[in-house]
Amino acid sequence: MDYFDIFISILGSAVRLSIPLLFTALAGLFSERAGIFDIGLEGKMLASAFAAACVAYWTGNAWFGLLGGIGVSIVFSFVHGFASITNRGNQIVSGVALNFVAAGLTIVLGQAWFRQGGRTGQVPPEGRFSSIVLPGADMMRDVPIIGPLYANVISGNNILTYIAFLMVPISWWVLYRTRFGLRLRAVGENPGAVDTAGISVAWMRYRSLIVAGFLCGFAGTYLSIAQSAAFINNMSAGKGYIALAALIFAKWKPVPVMLACLLFGFLDAFANFMQGKSLPLIGEVPVQIFQALPYILTCVLLAGFIGTARPPKAGGVPYTKER
Amino acid sequence: MSTASVPLPAWINYGLIPLLNLILAFFFSGLVVWAIGESPFEALQLLLVGALGRGEGIGFTLFYTTSFIFTGLSVAVAIHAGLFNIGSEGQAYLGGLGAALVALAMDSYVPWYVTMPFAVIGAALFGAACAAIPAWLQAKRGSHIVITTIMFNFIVSSLMNYVLVRLLIVPGKMAPETRTFLPGGQLPKLDWLIAMFGGKIGAAPFNFSFLIALVMCFLVWVLIWRTKLGYEMRTLGISPTAASYAGIRYSRIVMITMLISGGLAGMMALNPVMGASARLQIEFVGGAGFVGIAVSLMGRNHPAGIILAALLFGILYQGGAELSFDMPGITRDMIVVIQGMVILFAGALEYMLRPSIVRLYQQLTGK
Repeated sequence: MDYFDIFISILGSAVRLSIPLLFTALAGLFSERAGIFDIGLEGKMLASAFAAACVAYWTGNAWFGLLGGIGVSIVFSFVHGFASITNRGNQIVSGVALNFVAAGLTIVLGQAWFRQGGRTGQVPPEGRFSSIVLPGADMMRDVPIIGPLYANVISGNNILTYIAFLMVPISWWVLYRTRFGLRLRAVGENPGAVDTAGISVAWMRYRSLIVAGFLCGFAGTYLSIAQSAAFINNMSAGKGYIALAALIFAKWKPVPVMLACLLFGFLDAFANFMQGKSLPLIGEVPVQIFQALPYILTCVLLAGFIGTARPPKAGGVPYTKER
Repeated sequence: MSTASVPLPAWINYGLIPLLNLILAFFFSGLVVWAIGESPFEALQLLLVGALGRGEGIGFTLFYTTSFIFTGLSVAVAIHAGLFNIGSEGQAYLGGLGAALVALAMDSYVPWYVTMPFAVIGAALFGAACAAIPAWLQAKRGSHIVITTIMFNFIVSSLMNYVLVRLLIVPGKMAPETRTFLPGGQLPKLDWLIAMFGGKIGAAPFNFSFLIALVMCFLVWVLIWRTKLGYEMRTLGISPTAASYAGIRYSRIVMITMLISGGLAGMMALNPVMGASARLQIEFVGGAGFVGIAVSLMGRNHPAGIILAALLFGILYQGGAELSFDMPGITRDMIVVIQGMVILFAGALEYMLRPSIVRLYQQLTGK
């Protein structure tokens, strides 16, 4: 039973750690499926975390914070689109640039506005997304196995967590069951065909980036005003890249994206738990192995040893109409 | 007629357009400074004085420049073969381990000039090793090199964390770093070079690796423009299908290019590890690998351009540090913003101004 409790608590924190990854990876799913590589996910997440914390701090309202986060994230998406769609610039360079701008700007503005070394002010409780106890959680707690699972993993999360999991079927539906989704996928595979059908490739790609910005805004908001109560320097700490890895690991498909994010979240939670503990037989396992594992797994996958990862065919290529 | 295919003279392509992009980048950075209530012009003046005003400032500027030349060359060599090596950061980090192991092994037996060639080789080998797997994945399995090199940045970061915290740490010390190298494992300062121009180097860690960087610039120029291998690399970069028809072996060129690129990134470690702190420290690269991307873009992937661009970023780094002392409202991270703006305007938006400049050029020349 003791081991089970530990397992439940790791699972709980795995869910919490995977939420920003899930939002970001879904954001990447939309932009990459439309043929736009988005290295700038990390920067978008960071910028939206900062914006959400600022707005929530000033207004004391978590939902305004969320709007702020989404707004800034979409602005970043537009810059990325302006560079890589309108001006046909290199998408990777543009993403790298946005990551730098976000990393610098959040600290410079944070220092100018709050004078706390890049931190924002402490967001008041009503400006945060607090955890929701689902009905019956206390009653269920004593039921063996299902009880703790329900009370500690499924219940007791904040609203953004549930939105994140809701976004998975919605994303699937949008991508595979709507006209918009069909066109979006087509624009990432064969933009020439889409253009021939009389649909604007540029506008399709812009719209996919807006969706990506929208989803990434949730991820940043989650970091700063759901998981913690302020923005801290560089608080995304490479999560955007892990999300990118999860997206590739999931072969650019919505449901596998969720599973990959949960797996990477679990690895993160497990690494935290294993800090300074030793396993029977093996002895102490360095935590760095768990930290590196998502990246190693993704490389192994990319090498084609676990199935094949086939990226969208027109990914990373600016579309030029024939002259 | 479309403006994209109109040829422009070299001075516009390589002089005017990059300059205008740079001005735009500085304009938007200035807006940020202005928005937080400081004077952009005063900031610029403080930045320039801080970077170039005294011998010590120049020493620091050139110290940063050295690192950026290495990483800039690393990115540029890969770009010539059509590969985007975003992993210079990780390659430099692992290169530091190579340099440090050589220095730790030899420093108590021989003087620095004996250690140095081995350290150069060690750093380059470790850097190249870090690039080898992504290169192999690209060459043989078709995995996108951008993604794999990003992954390797993180893998190396975890690995180095382990190596420093568990293996190389001085027993009984808290800081995850190696012991300080003896003089036999250090690169000497180039104080005489600064003194030649009448300055004093002070505490600036400007060191011998600057000269190694300049040699590498020359070697890269020879490689890219004066050898068969360089010709094959450029062919592959411009047109993979043409390269294939010409009998150039794709996987061979990809492997060699990435090993050279990784090696150059690895050598960057000589500068901070053996030249400045005389020990291997955690996260010593500090983003220089990513600055290399900007440097290479600004310098149009040519060694001469890279030296100039590296100098520009060296000035930004040193000037930015001084600026944050003088203007408490501005933190050191302002340079990260400027860097981002430069990459955005000089890199991603490099074609933004071209159509209007072509139109202007056509009007002026009457064509």
